[in-house]
Amino acid sequence: MKVRQMKSSFKIKTTTDLPVMLPFAPSGGGTWTPRDVVRYSFQPQFAWAMIATLALWLFVDSALAQVQGDPNQTVLQTLIKWTPLMLFGAPGEFGGFVLNIAVSFIAMALGTFLGIWLGIGQVSKNDYVRRVSWAITQLFRNSPWLVLLFMVMLLVPFSVKIGGTQYDIPGWTKATVALALPIMANVSEILRGAIASIPTSQWESAESLAFSRTQTMWQIILPQCVKRMIPPWMNWYCILTMSTPLISILGVSDGMTLTQDALAAEGRSEFLIPMYLWLMSWFFIYSYPIAQLTQRLERRFAVKN
Amino acid sequence: MDSVWQWFLWLYQEHGIKLTIFYDSWDRARFFKGIWTTVHLSFVCIVLSIVIGVAGAWLQMSNLKWMRRIVAGYIQFFRNTPPLIQLYFFYFAVDTAIASLFDIHGGVLSSYGWAVVSLSFFAGAFNVEIFRSGIEAVPGSTIEAAEALGYTRRQVYQYITLPLAFRVCLPSLNNNLINLLKTTTVAYAIAVPETLYVSNQIWSDEYNVREMMAVVWIVYIVLVGVLVWLMHRWERAIRVPGFGQ
Repeated sequence: MKVRQMKSSFKIKTTTDLPVMLPFAPSGGGTWTPRDVVRYSFQPQFAWAMIATLALWLFVDSALAQVQGDPNQTVLQTLIKWTPLMLFGAPGEFGGFVLNIAVSFIAMALGTFLGIWLGIGQVSKNDYVRRVSWAITQLFRNSPWLVLLFMVMLLVPFSVKIGGTQYDIPGWTKATVALALPIMANVSEILRGAIASIPTSQWESAESLAFSRTQTMWQIILPQCVKRMIPPWMNWYCILTMSTPLISILGVSDGMTLTQDALAAEGRSEFLIPMYLWLMSWFFIYSYPIAQLTQRLERRFAVKN
Repeated sequence: MDSVWQWFLWLYQEHGIKLTIFYDSWDRARFFKGIWTTVHLSFVCIVLSIVIGVAGAWLQMSNLKWMRRIVAGYIQFFRNTPPLIQLYFFYFAVDTAIASLFDIHGGVLSSYGWAVVSLSFFAGAFNVEIFRSGIEAVPGSTIEAAEALGYTRRQVYQYITLPLAFRVCLPSLNNNLINLLKTTTVAYAIAVPETLYVSNQIWSDEYNVREMMAVVWIVYIVLVGVLVWLMHRWERAIRVPGFGQ
């Protein structure tokens, strides 16, 4: 027993009980290759389960259409008919599921940008800045997304006059800004946590090397925060993507709105379940790999103790 | 009390700040009813989602491979699809399907009922994972000691694992329940008369969007604050010294 333990501790260097931080990429280097990403976010069993479900469903679907005596309108045909609309929106307009994804991208970028400044504000030396940043963070973290959406959509005017010209603000841009607000607050909180987790000795050694506070922050502390922030940041991206259909409540023609339009046009209750599941499956296929990758990164980056 | 309501009437007449929910008895009644609906919708969902979380975490430790897979599938489905579409799916699609299957007229559950079902399952999926992480944190030697004392598997879970796991996962449970409270606003979409929905009715009737928005915002911040405070008190009350954080 003892011998075996000794042997293994000599042989496998990567498994240790000591509190160590693993290298950034699974292959050991500093950067992730596309292969690493695929390996970490994709499971072959998952793909097989999807294919099996799809095959079973197609069989049941065509059988049901035969039984009901309307073989020309199977559920599959109806789904295919409406898919372009649900995916890309009405011709000549920007909408559909693609809009959901676009909104999630822009809101995430905007929210991250603002959140980083707010997060730095939370650790500022200035008492006033710190308190205001803290208050803004808490306010937007604790308010429901839908309430924020309503506020921005109803209180921001739908067109503004700048220098005599009237500019229309499309609904989806306002919705994007509204969704960026809670992201901003949460990124701010993630950043504050990450900065707090950097050992104080880092600050001290930077000071002894004559770095100014700004230099220390941007050249020493923040680069180290990036790695710790990635998993929670990706988690928030998933939550944001799952919240984008909320914009349909406020009349933006995203995937959800158009699905309901399609259902209304068909007017047949047996299409309800497949249509909703169809739309949900897009969100699922988009989000599941990201969630898996996040989980594994979390496990990988976790300091053992 | 009446003088307080009168003061809000004066506020409107003098400064144009139109808070009808305070001086108009009809608006007041429906607004406070809306807050009450939010509170008990949240409460019912919190209780049910914790029950789902505990049961799911128990089933995930099952010896049956398929049982574990079903629970994992449930978690992934509810985590990776939007809560709003889940709600529509239950309220429009599942309700219609069940009603036509059993030939029930007028739907199976009310919009409130489906909001409870949908939101509980949504938060429950997160709770299962939270409880599981708590259970994993319980030292194996503690469970072995309980087994040595003759506890059955269920008894170990009920008397040893769960009480300890609960204390470990309370902070993350806390977060999820706050999130659940915030997500109850989504019930607006299927016309559950909760705070946001009645406020929308009020501002449509009275044209006081600005004032009502501020009020709704404050109401939710206060509700979240109360929940945070209650959870912290609970956390302190059941703390075992030297265990957990």
